[in-house]
Amino acid sequence: MRLIASYISGLIFGIGISISGMANPAKVLNFFDVAGTWDPSLIFVMGGALIVTFIGYRFVLRRPSPTLEETFKLPTLSDIDLPLIGGSAIFGIGWGITGFCPGGVLPALGTGRSEVFIFTGALLAGIFVAKALLRMSTNTTATV
Amino acid sequence: MIVETVFTPWQSLSGGVLIGAASILLMATLGRIMGATGILAGLFSPSNANDFGWRAAVLLGMVSGPIAIFAITGQMPAVQVPISTTMLVVGGLIVGVGVTFGSGCTSGHGICGMARLSPRSIVATITFMLTTGITVYVIRHLLGG
Repeated sequence: MRLIASYISGLIFGIGISISGMANPAKVLNFFDVAGTWDPSLIFVMGGALIVTFIGYRFVLRRPSPTLEETFKLPTLSDIDLPLIGGSAIFGIGWGITGFCPGGVLPALGTGRSEVFIFTGALLAGIFVAKALLRMSTNTTATV
Repeated sequence: MIVETVFTPWQSLSGGVLIGAASILLMATLGRIMGATGILAGLFSPSNANDFGWRAAVLLGMVSGPIAIFAITGQMPAVQVPISTTMLVVGGLIVGVGVTFGSGCTSGHGICGMARLSPRSIVATITFMLTTGITVYVIRHLLGG
């Protein structure tokens, strides 16, 4: 049951990403190119997703627990620190270069296109490198 | 190379609504954030078999998205990549490093975190939207790429 719920959530997400244009780097880059070939479509993706999730979460998170698990697994960190801001800034540079973000590229794997697999490989390599760096820094002192 | 795209407000809005519905469903059933970065990264260091299972199932569902679209419409969703393979690899590495240090991306921070009004997610989203915009401006208008 958990696996079915997970699969259906992923499927709806994947269809949503595909319809929205988030899986298309050209469309993403044009959204940010306000001074050039601007395509404002992605405001509607983020706006629609955000409003729906905001309202839905009000009802869901009011319940004592999710239906198939004992507790909600919500992030517990609350500090606005350098890794958060620096990491997000770095992510934006990569997103601006490629037009791919993780949520856009993972469903796009289903199209079977080679560029998507190349990006995903590099994405995973980046994740592994950063995790190794994080482990090293917590073994000594937190300097990241 | 710049590829022009058509403004698709209704299509994009309905896609966004589905992304929101998926986020609600995963939270209502498994109590999890629909964050692509977290779900993917956790697949490689799962706490147990159950943890691996739900992550793999979500990812499998995501990948099925374009295939479902193809089955219904006969066409795969457009994926136009207007950059070189080298830049694709460089950018992918940068994104991987950034989302790991920043604890999330557009789906986790930009949608789920913002929907919870998490201060961390609001700061993260503003930061990456700004640097993405600056990067696109620099590449397209200052470097002429």
